[in-house]
Amino acid sequence: MRVDLVLENWRLFAAGTWMTLQLTFLALLIGFVIALPSGIARSRKTPFWSQLVNAYVYLFRGTPLLVQTFLIYYGLSQFEWVRDSWAWTFLRSPWWCALIAFALNSGSYATEIIRGAIETTPRGEIEAANALGLSKRQVDFLVLIPSAMRRALPQYGNEVVFMLHGSAIASVITLQDILGAGRTLNARYYLAYEGFLTAAALYMVLTFVLVFLFRQLEGHYLKHLRPRSA
Amino acid sequence: MRNLIAAAFCLATTPAFALNVCVEGAYPPFSETSADGSLVGFDIDMANALCEQVGETCTLVKVDWDGIIPALLEKKCDAIVASMSSTEERKQVIDFTAKYYQVPNEFVGRADSGIDPAAPGGLDGKVVGAQRGTIHQAYVEKHYPGVQLTLYGSQDEAILDLTSGRIDLIVGDAIQLEEGFVNTPAGEGYARVGEQFFDPEIHGEGAAVGVRKGDTELRDKLSAAILALRESGKYDEIQKKYFKIDIYGS
Repeated sequence: MRVDLVLENWRLFAAGTWMTLQLTFLALLIGFVIALPSGIARSRKTPFWSQLVNAYVYLFRGTPLLVQTFLIYYGLSQFEWVRDSWAWTFLRSPWWCALIAFALNSGSYATEIIRGAIETTPRGEIEAANALGLSKRQVDFLVLIPSAMRRALPQYGNEVVFMLHGSAIASVITLQDILGAGRTLNARYYLAYEGFLTAAALYMVLTFVLVFLFRQLEGHYLKHLRPRSA
Repeated sequence: MRNLIAAAFCLATTPAFALNVCVEGAYPPFSETSADGSLVGFDIDMANALCEQVGETCTLVKVDWDGIIPALLEKKCDAIVASMSSTEERKQVIDFTAKYYQVPNEFVGRADSGIDPAAPGGLDGKVVGAQRGTIHQAYVEKHYPGVQLTLYGSQDEAILDLTSGRIDLIVGDAIQLEEGFVNTPAGEGYARVGEQFFDPEIHGEGAAVGVRKGDTELRDKLSAAILALRESGKYDEIQKKYFKIDIYGS
């Protein structure tokens, strides 16, 4: 184990960590923005939108993230009309391709999480809100959605961790994320596992931090669902 | 476990020592994976011919370029036949036989790109694709610090990104780029950019077979086998299948 080479190249890994965090959180953010209206549309069975979202979720949950990334990065670039369009400004860059793939993928999973949380809202909560004389809008925004968001937290925490791990796919389209840094280190010094081991350690630390943060959030927002201690 | 079974099998049937040879399979026309999954190319034929010459049965092991030296060191294979240049840097880690071919290197880009690598700063700000962990990466890093270097796992991927217009140039060895890309239908509209080049400090002594340090017996046997194939005409027979010129070099 050549720890010295890892330490000597800490900058490589620092830049890689930054790249991974950037992609992961931006993808989660965009994914969430897609998922919130999609999840609501799905749970309401809104005509047309519900079917559209259904198709989207099927497509992105039905195929591996790696394949989606390849299709967006190598696939779209094969068409001349894509390369001649305004979209090429973004699709040209591997960073945007990765972000688009990750965001759409994360959005499809988050849609299902939100749909599930909305559909399992206890009837009593809605009935109580109606009894208080809240308007339909108020019920949605003051009761239904906040309640569903709280109960979606544990599953969404999983999705965040999956996205972090899934972001390692960025390294196959030339991006220097954490895994990319590990591969570069391996290639430069002909090492077998030092780069991968360092990458694994970094992903693990990030995962632990995220899991810890979600524990805290759950402790705060799901307090009312815990059994009361005597 | 597989090694154990293989070893037991060897003891039971044949005293000959079976060689595992690492090849890449993504570097046409030297090494490529055909549609049915079988390996073809100059390196593949050369590996088989060398095995025949030293009288051993060989198993070809397909390994990504990134992991090919580690695979040798971890005894997943005993020799690398993957157009690997014998360089000082790699010799710190593994040993090489005598070369089995040596060709110059070049940049390839759009025929109408108007890029001139020879002009001072001629490549500054240009995006150049190279395979990760190759002499080509090292060459660009040394001679063109102003270049934005994009690294790929295989040369095939770099070529895909050149044709999609994501990168301005690719760098690689001349024969590989000409035969594997420029002279194929996919390479229409692309051409060599600037002069060919060879920097001994970086490009080393040509492509050779890599073996583990200390495997001197195998190394010397393979070196002798390369020369023997040259002598017997078998080498020419193989290279004629792929190239119009003699790629052995002087």
